[in-house]
Amino acid sequence: MRFVSEYRDAAACQQLAQAIERLVTRPWTIMEVCGGQTHAIVKFGLDQLLPPQVTLIHGPGCPVCVTPLEMIEKALQLAARPEVTFCSFGDMLRVPGCSQDLLAVKASGGDVRVVYSPLDAVQLARDEPDREVVFFAVGFETTAPANAMAAVQAHELGLPNFSLLVSHVLVPPAVESLLSAPDCRIEGLLAAGHVCTVMGCHEYEPLAARYHVPIVVTGFEPVDILQGVHACLRQLEEGRAEVENAYARSVRPEGNQPAQELIREVFEVVPRKWRGLGEIPRSGLGLREPYAALDAERRFGLTDTDVPEPEACLSGQVLQGLTRPMDCPAFGRECTPEHPLGATMVSSEGTCAAYYHYRRQRGLQSPRSPAEGSA
Amino acid sequence: MSDLQCPIPKRDYDRVLTAHGGGGRLMQQLLADIFFPAFANDLLGRRHDAAVLTLEGGAAGPRLAFTTDSYVIRPLFFPGGSIGHLAVYGTVNDLAMAGARPLVLSAGFILEEGFPIEELQRVVADMRDAAAAAQVQIVTGDTKVVEHGREDGLYVNTAGIGAIEHNLTIEPQSVRPGDAIILSGDIARHGIAVMSVREGLEFESAIESDCAPLAGLVGDLLAEGLQVHCLRDLTRGGLAAGVIEIAQTAGLQVHLRERDIPVRDDVLGACEILGLDPLYVANEGRCVAFVPAEQADRAVATMRSHPAGAAATVIGHVTAGADPGLVTLETVTGTSRVVDLLSGEQLPRIC
Repeated sequence: MRFVSEYRDAAACQQLAQAIERLVTRPWTIMEVCGGQTHAIVKFGLDQLLPPQVTLIHGPGCPVCVTPLEMIEKALQLAARPEVTFCSFGDMLRVPGCSQDLLAVKASGGDVRVVYSPLDAVQLARDEPDREVVFFAVGFETTAPANAMAAVQAHELGLPNFSLLVSHVLVPPAVESLLSAPDCRIEGLLAAGHVCTVMGCHEYEPLAARYHVPIVVTGFEPVDILQGVHACLRQLEEGRAEVENAYARSVRPEGNQPAQELIREVFEVVPRKWRGLGEIPRSGLGLREPYAALDAERRFGLTDTDVPEPEACLSGQVLQGLTRPMDCPAFGRECTPEHPLGATMVSSEGTCAAYYHYRRQRGLQSPRSPAEGSA
Repeated sequence: MSDLQCPIPKRDYDRVLTAHGGGGRLMQQLLADIFFPAFANDLLGRRHDAAVLTLEGGAAGPRLAFTTDSYVIRPLFFPGGSIGHLAVYGTVNDLAMAGARPLVLSAGFILEEGFPIEELQRVVADMRDAAAAAQVQIVTGDTKVVEHGREDGLYVNTAGIGAIEHNLTIEPQSVRPGDAIILSGDIARHGIAVMSVREGLEFESAIESDCAPLAGLVGDLLAEGLQVHCLRDLTRGGLAAGVIEIAQTAGLQVHLRERDIPVRDDVLGACEILGLDPLYVANEGRCVAFVPAEQADRAVATMRSHPAGAAATVIGHVTAGADPGLVTLETVTGTSRVVDLLSGEQLPRIC
């Protein structure tokens, strides 16, 4: 499984950083959309390799962060019901609602289980017919095909005890929302490679043209990200604004069409509220009518409640690249991963959490000691 | 900033979470808020893997190390080991980390009604074999049975006593600026091996736990006459938690180099797929040694001559620094970042 090391090669990173330095003639601001890319940039210190004219700002692309508070509350309500086995991907368990999180519900006796695939939850419903198995179907276009497959399987099996709490979001509408904002600082975009692996690149073409912003489809390893930044800067310096695929080893222009068909079969586009960003039209997926019986909100009669976001929390601005985590007065003080005040601190891939874990202390020292042994 | 108005309350959990046992910040909080204040004494206050007891004759008299650990793992059997191996090696290793030669262990079993006798026999046989490999005897024990549905089949507690047969004080407070940090081998194998079985994940190759006794390795370092300042086995919370705890207890800074920290390709691949950082994944047969920089090469050579340390390497060093307790990492790309304690256990991510 030697698929990682060549994309973390220090010499390749340095060469790309030098190429970027030679290319840049003026300041540019580039946003990476995906939380996985943000995490890699901060974890590997890639921003430290870039010339000072290049500013990276971080986008809204963490599915855990942007799941609205109302939906977390619904998840907590369901998980606390004695007849329910509530299944979720691991990183949703720590997201706080108004009073607690899924870990706390589990500690109080709720049957909360971490699954690695929604199909595991379908199997659980088959294995335990006396339980109501609910799967928390969250995420971007990347998780939608597998969640759709779970719905198809449950539908075909006629499973009466399986349902989905759906809170899917779509990336391009959120990107358009950011690009169309009057205070938008984004001059170039790194699009999330895994979303494009499913959906292809075409959805970004009208956005690049309309807002005259180069959009480069980019992977997640250090070399991938620096290649993406380089490609984006080259377009900016040349005055171009096109969609470019810098992640061709994974992304085909047309994407994964069987996966797209599966999404279309099961889901329809709906308006969706994003935590920290508010409601964005046509930015989410909901179950189509043939699969409506699998809708946990409908099955359990859950109703929408208005849950206010913390007023003092700046995570909405952080998600839009308008504020840096360190510039929030609560960062690392009132707001920590143990006590998150807002969306961007709750997930390990959230921007504030990434900065908290990797950059919290100032004044990093030189890591090398001259006295050290050579073995 | 006390005037923040937030509908999300600050959460000090009023119930125990699994994350409280994960070796991260929540566990530290539990120790600091509940156990250390209640049991406060000088020995516990050393915050080491084992308590070091001085017998008659004051500071120059014979010393014993004493430790205990409980083993709660699902599944009980996993590639490369079982709860039986862990229950012996874990306690033996805690004694070894105090620089002690393990002598005797106790074994306490909490069994759930209905637990298969055949599985109990397998666990006990593994403990027998592990004790033989670690050259200790299990000399006392206890058995309790709880009602069906009260626990996870089988829990084991072991306590151990070891003899300290040298004049060194091996503990976090002995770490000095300039010390080299030596890692005994590749990391993250145990956690991934257990997870692959527990969650039914299949990788290209079978990943086996690294669980092994470390007392022999430590004995070799001491026999070589090396001035070992501190040792720590890297169990829950992985390399990161172990090194951070030592840095914080010692009040010093630690700098690590990512490129020198061995992680097998298949383990790294599994971590990537699951969204886990190998620095935080549990090990059961790995330790770090803090030794004076000028002895680093000799310590590495000594470790490499022992099977448990065949891939030993220097991974970083200690400085006085302006930020006591801070651990930084020189990344593979040559930049620098903080290595921080996680809240609790790492959780696999969505995408």
